[in-house]
Amino acid sequence: MDFTLRIGGKAGQGLPVIGGVLAKHFSRSGFHVFTHQDYMSRIRGGHNFYQIRFADHKISCSRDNIDLLLALDADTINIHRHNLSDIGKILYDPEMCGAVPGKELIAIPFTDLVNELDVNHIMVNSAAVGAVLALLGQKLHPFDEIFGSFISQKGAEVIATNVMVAQAGFDYARREWPGQFSLSSPGNDKKNMLMNGNQAIGLGALMSGCKFYSAYPMPPSTGIMDYLASKAEEHGVVVEQAEDEISAINMALGASYAGVRAMTATSGGGFALMTEGVSLAGITETPIVVAEVQRPGPATGLPSRTEQSDLFFVIHGGHGEFAKVVFTPGTPEQAFYLTNKAFQMAEKYQVPVFVQSDQYLADSQWSLSGFKADKVLQEDFRLRGQQLNTLENYQRYAYTKKGISPLAIPGESRHLVVVDSDEHDQDGHIIEDGETRNEMVAKRLFKKIPHIQEEIEPPQLYGDQKPDFLLVGFGSTYGVLKEAVDNLREQWAFAMLHFSEVYPFPLTDKFDYVSLLNQAITICVENNATGQFANLLRLETGYRCNHLINRYDGRPFGLESLLGELYDYL
Amino acid sequence: MTTFDDYSGQKPAWCQGCGNFAILNALKRAMVDLDMEPHQFTIVSGIGQAGKLPHYIKCNTFNGLHGRTLPVATGIKLANHDMAVLAVAGDGDCYGEGGNHLIHAIRRNINVTLLVHNNLVYGLTRGQASPTTPQGRITKTQPFGSLSSPLNPMALAISLDCSFVARAFAGASGLPFLKEIIKEAINHEGFAIVDILQNCVSFNKINTFHWYKERAYQLETGYDPTDRIEAFRRSLEWGEKIPTGIFYRNDRPAFEKGITPLQDSPLVKQNYFLKDLQQELAPFY
Repeated sequence: MDFTLRIGGKAGQGLPVIGGVLAKHFSRSGFHVFTHQDYMSRIRGGHNFYQIRFADHKISCSRDNIDLLLALDADTINIHRHNLSDIGKILYDPEMCGAVPGKELIAIPFTDLVNELDVNHIMVNSAAVGAVLALLGQKLHPFDEIFGSFISQKGAEVIATNVMVAQAGFDYARREWPGQFSLSSPGNDKKNMLMNGNQAIGLGALMSGCKFYSAYPMPPSTGIMDYLASKAEEHGVVVEQAEDEISAINMALGASYAGVRAMTATSGGGFALMTEGVSLAGITETPIVVAEVQRPGPATGLPSRTEQSDLFFVIHGGHGEFAKVVFTPGTPEQAFYLTNKAFQMAEKYQVPVFVQSDQYLADSQWSLSGFKADKVLQEDFRLRGQQLNTLENYQRYAYTKKGISPLAIPGESRHLVVVDSDEHDQDGHIIEDGETRNEMVAKRLFKKIPHIQEEIEPPQLYGDQKPDFLLVGFGSTYGVLKEAVDNLREQWAFAMLHFSEVYPFPLTDKFDYVSLLNQAITICVENNATGQFANLLRLETGYRCNHLINRYDGRPFGLESLLGELYDYL
Repeated sequence: MTTFDDYSGQKPAWCQGCGNFAILNALKRAMVDLDMEPHQFTIVSGIGQAGKLPHYIKCNTFNGLHGRTLPVATGIKLANHDMAVLAVAGDGDCYGEGGNHLIHAIRRNINVTLLVHNNLVYGLTRGQASPTTPQGRITKTQPFGSLSSPLNPMALAISLDCSFVARAFAGASGLPFLKEIIKEAINHEGFAIVDILQNCVSFNKINTFHWYKERAYQLETGYDPTDRIEAFRRSLEWGEKIPTGIFYRNDRPAFEKGITPLQDSPLVKQNYFLKDLQQELAPFY
């Protein structure tokens, strides 16, 4: 059983609430769920949709084919009608969309139902949700409970009225349109979490001891700030909205210098402003974690859509040469653990660490079975309290074998902590002599990088262990590549090689992925125009992929369309 | 008790006769008077000759990027509000490159003391017009004269209801007065701007030490610094007579006082590693 429900309408019609409530309903009912949102950069009007795929088995991407389309306006029917699957139906209210002929159309008068009950017109959404659940052979519970938690601020009376309207939609659909879909039960008593990429990064930061977060609102990264702000009071996190991204990263660096774990997040345009701050983190060796949640550029590009076109920008962001780390998680689970690892490595090696995501990962909810507390890294690398007080001398940039100097907290002892954006000596004071410069470059780069590289995990191989065909990717294409492999393995020896830790590029000593690449026909799949990852792979290993599949229209790969492109090539 | 010598830092790389020396001297004396030990305060600076100041006094130091002193200082203060935090910048640094940050630091009223070394010219980049250069002043890069009207930092700060606005003049004769103003600014709870008029011996041959000495006067006894309209009127005085002193102050609560997680202890003293992952996961089920 594998079902796709798409809800379409205008911005301002409440799609995120309808979609959010239904996704949670299916999740609590025991299904595996995957959602994704497609919205325009406007507050009212236009055309948006919210897609929920749910199944009785694990799923990890969106499909192109729709089994049930809930249309809240006429445009939705016109735009998505051609994507209906063999069993596909369209649910709509003739009053909202105009009467549409066709045997796949299910007309239910949400507006009339609301008018008969004499309640606020906005509640047509509840009537529609009730009807959807009835058509799918579901019960109204636990929707009623979940809906209450989504709009709890509106009070018990409004919630009760909405549930009554949903019941009316539910009853009408069951009476007038019985037996439309028969979904098997999920057959699963174990309930999953439902979490998107932004929440996973926020939670990863929280569990890593992040105490300070400063950012300028920029979609699709803003969900991270929303999550941390909601935890500020309970866990003592300062979340500050900066006047611009330059300020955001400099504030975070100030907080980190003062002794707390700090983070900022943005998208490509904001990261452009942050790059001087990245360089500052590099020379001052101040730990910082930056989440870069991509959207299509150049410049303002497609502000609410998805792309993987900032890979080189983040790897190379910041003038001068210094050590940094870049992670590209492909799932909320990877986003959680890699954000945690980012904080660990930022403080251990005193370098900037980037968690690169994109709109698709940021806004997509996945069913996850939970995270493991014993896999969360919580190691403190700062020099504080008694340990610091007993030191006879302290130099912020003291030379050491590994290039890592003790990181003291200013004010906790009589030792002064002096950092400088100029080249500096071990005390942190300005120098210009070539000898000290060479020592410092060696310390920041050549001594640290081999130790960092040892901690970078190799790519993940999924599918056939000796593949004839190998799909190569990084970041948010993980899920669609995985399901593509599941499909193609029936015919061929197929596998996926997914990179979630891309800089420094993984060594081959733990897993010789380069010889695996050499033995297969390789197809690199990327959500960008130029194949940046394929280029990075070639730059780092000399290996050149046989074929590239690129999508750069601002939309994620859907399973069917990717399979179509793969079949064309094969 | 600390002494003047407790604050001896690196040997300054400034030009002989630079107004920066008087500012450094006044700052060290202010710290002696306040009995603030070197590890108890942090100076954040940017780029320019002013940006080198923290190297020449003993203190915790963050010598960051051009224009970015105030965001870094804000981050430090929010992470550790027990630490006294000063920002030191020049007119190009603070009023040009970092102008946006100044506006928003004033709005926040973060408890940071900003000292601006204002010499009406770019020194380290060799003589270009700064945001405070008088209109019409000809330089190598402004061959038709500086066409923009100069920024008035006092009027700007007062218009934004900055909680402490002062101006002083850097010269041996004005040193005790400058020291007192710096002390008042550090003791003020909230954002304090001290615009310090100084000479530039290398690139400003007009607004010299003597030019200021003839014009600068102290706001009269009985001047009421809580009268915002009068403060604004006095901030517009410039030319033959240049007022110095505390133009304006108010008792807006400092930014960090309004942040709930900072009410019991500084952020840096709080627990950081959360122990209960399951509790955080519960809302996602």
